[in-house]
Amino acid sequence: MAESVRHHTLSVLVENKPGVLSRVANLFSRRGYNIYSLAVAPTDDERFSRITIVVDVESSPLEQITKQLFKLINVVKISELDPRDSVERELMLATVQAEAGKRGEIIELVDVFQGRIIDVGHDELTVMLADTPDRLDACEDLLRTYGITELQRTGRVALPKLERMPPRLRSIKGKAS
Amino acid sequence: MQMSGGQALIKSLELEGVEVMFGLPGGAILPVYDPIIDSPIRHILVRHEQGAGHMAEGYAHATGRPGVAMVTSGPAATNVVTPLCDAYMDSIPMVCITGQVPLPSIGTDAFQECDTTGITQSVTKHNFLITDAKDIPRVVREAFHIATTGRPGPVLVDVPKDIVDPKNPRSAMDWYWPTDEEIRDGLPGYRPTTKGHPRKIREAAEFILQSRRPVIYAGGGILKARAAEALRELAELTGIHVVTTLMARGAFPDEHPLCLGMPGMHGNYTAVTSMQEADLLIALGSRFDDRVTGKVGGFAPEAKIIHVDIDPAELGKVRRPDVPIVGDCRLVIEEMVRALRDLGGSEAQPDRNEWKSRISGWQEKYPLTYEQSADGDDLKPQFVLENLRDNTPDDTIVVSGVGQHQMWTSQYWRFNHPYTWVNSGGLGTMGFAVPAAIGAKVGRPDKMVWAVDGDGCFQMTAQELVTATAERIPIKVAILNNAYLGMVRQWQEMFYDERYSEVYLSPDLPDYKMWAESMGCIGMRVESPEEVLPAIEKANEIDDRPVVIDFRTDSREKVYPMVPAGLSNDDIVVDPTQGEGGH
Repeated sequence: MAESVRHHTLSVLVENKPGVLSRVANLFSRRGYNIYSLAVAPTDDERFSRITIVVDVESSPLEQITKQLFKLINVVKISELDPRDSVERELMLATVQAEAGKRGEIIELVDVFQGRIIDVGHDELTVMLADTPDRLDACEDLLRTYGITELQRTGRVALPKLERMPPRLRSIKGKAS
Repeated sequence: MQMSGGQALIKSLELEGVEVMFGLPGGAILPVYDPIIDSPIRHILVRHEQGAGHMAEGYAHATGRPGVAMVTSGPAATNVVTPLCDAYMDSIPMVCITGQVPLPSIGTDAFQECDTTGITQSVTKHNFLITDAKDIPRVVREAFHIATTGRPGPVLVDVPKDIVDPKNPRSAMDWYWPTDEEIRDGLPGYRPTTKGHPRKIREAAEFILQSRRPVIYAGGGILKARAAEALRELAELTGIHVVTTLMARGAFPDEHPLCLGMPGMHGNYTAVTSMQEADLLIALGSRFDDRVTGKVGGFAPEAKIIHVDIDPAELGKVRRPDVPIVGDCRLVIEEMVRALRDLGGSEAQPDRNEWKSRISGWQEKYPLTYEQSADGDDLKPQFVLENLRDNTPDDTIVVSGVGQHQMWTSQYWRFNHPYTWVNSGGLGTMGFAVPAAIGAKVGRPDKMVWAVDGDGCFQMTAQELVTATAERIPIKVAILNNAYLGMVRQWQEMFYDERYSEVYLSPDLPDYKMWAESMGCIGMRVESPEEVLPAIEKANEIDDRPVVIDFRTDSREKVYPMVPAGLSNDDIVVDPTQGEGGH
């Protein structure tokens, strides 16, 4: 997978304070790093949120990106998730043109991907699929032949793989200055 | 004890040991200015908020203590953006308090509202918007803690009016003073590393003991870490020469036989070339700035790198180090000296006589030089600086603006004490000198403070001399008045076929002498070499008000040596009288 080389996933634990996301986003734009996708949500501990960032490591070395992130006072911990040793999921919602004759085909296709039809209109369907980013890509490509009128994907979220292989969750020790 | 947020803010500053702050009041910060009347903190009323910021920087440069600026919201906050960025680039500890519109008005485009924390996010080490009066003491403590520890930097605290205004119930709070532990626990993501890794330090010592052509590349971090003594011990133990970057002038005495002076774009030939030819660079608190490295690909091609910095992000940012060490420069150098002694100290080093004789050869062949002016011609700026240098106390604090005069001052002054050189390095802020000199003098009233300024720079912030006169801060300003934006002129002459575009300023518009006098200063004008010394001597005797001397200097004079932008340091251009410089 070419993507696993270019893109790295950083799981960034931040203080749950106003403006933290803006600091992270601002850092990326100021230093010229590219964000491929980004997802934010509170953690089980209300003091912290987790930002899952997929970064393009061709724009800058990952080491520089994590070091600069650590300099943000509100960043508490950064874990680097190698796509090969983590489970990643992303959610896609897509509204697809589906006149009567095509509906069956689309529903069949969505079934193959284990997605769901979550809304039905006069000549459109809204499809939901939660899967790995490349499966989403495949499904999206196939749906496109029917005509996609609207599409929304979340950033990916990820956690390290369990047991068997030792997870290559490299927890980088927090160094701030 | 019940008090208002405004009182709590001033009390917090007092408890942080603030003795002086620089500022200018306005609508949103009014309630915080009221308790200042009853506070022992000295407040210096500036004439423009940018001045307050640079004064705080100058104060911090000269004393090592955090500078404090306080201004109101909106335009005042945007006026301190430049000093904040300047302090951020040069790692100056500084705390800036800004007023903000009341909380319910935030986001409504209220009068004098601006998104101060948003605007200053990328020019501060950290910033805060306080939303509850009870947070004031904690945030002030956190701000000072962040500004002064790790890699120092500016921290901004934005304070909405309603939480400091005693007329508003929202400002009522019970006074408390947070403990060190509470501050630590409140900043779970902030744990600067100060102690270097012992194995890496030993490895560095081994590299040093194997090197035949080592150079110590000392940066501003030496001064921030109060590591000048430790640096001297390292240099003397190993006999390794030291270059001091623009931000590190004075960190190692210029008169020391191992001192090579300033490297970089306008560094002297020996400092530049010794780094190029080195087999080991010991980078201590320096950051491989483009003005030092020239074209990075051609910088010190054969050198292994030991890089010590308290900011982990500096290691490998520009040049990959062979031995990276994260830590406080003073602690790391002390450990390095210990490790070197353990490994046999100076006895265990290879013979470096050949290297030393190459260095002294360069020093003899390419000293700094300039041609004296012919009779009746304008003064040479270097001549003025030599006179100033030789007729002021050894520990005079010298403050400069940005441009040719800054480079000449760094080149021609003899800095023998740390914290005697104050300038804007990273951001290159024209107009820095006058306010920064005022801040330095406030912090070190026992020392003579001379600002060396250009005529272009002087016009940007000269109004702060009114502040200096009113507050009886007797700084001295030497304007090297060449009637041009000199550095830009130099580039246009050298790289734009002498097509001078928008660089001429006129020598006598404004009339600097009259302008100085109108601001309550003593003003002088010096046009011929024999007037130079008497003017300096007269200025040195004046201790009750600022002095400004307008030195009319030669506009054709250029700063040499010079590594043209984008070229390798091997392509250094020396003074034309010294022939070809490259090697």
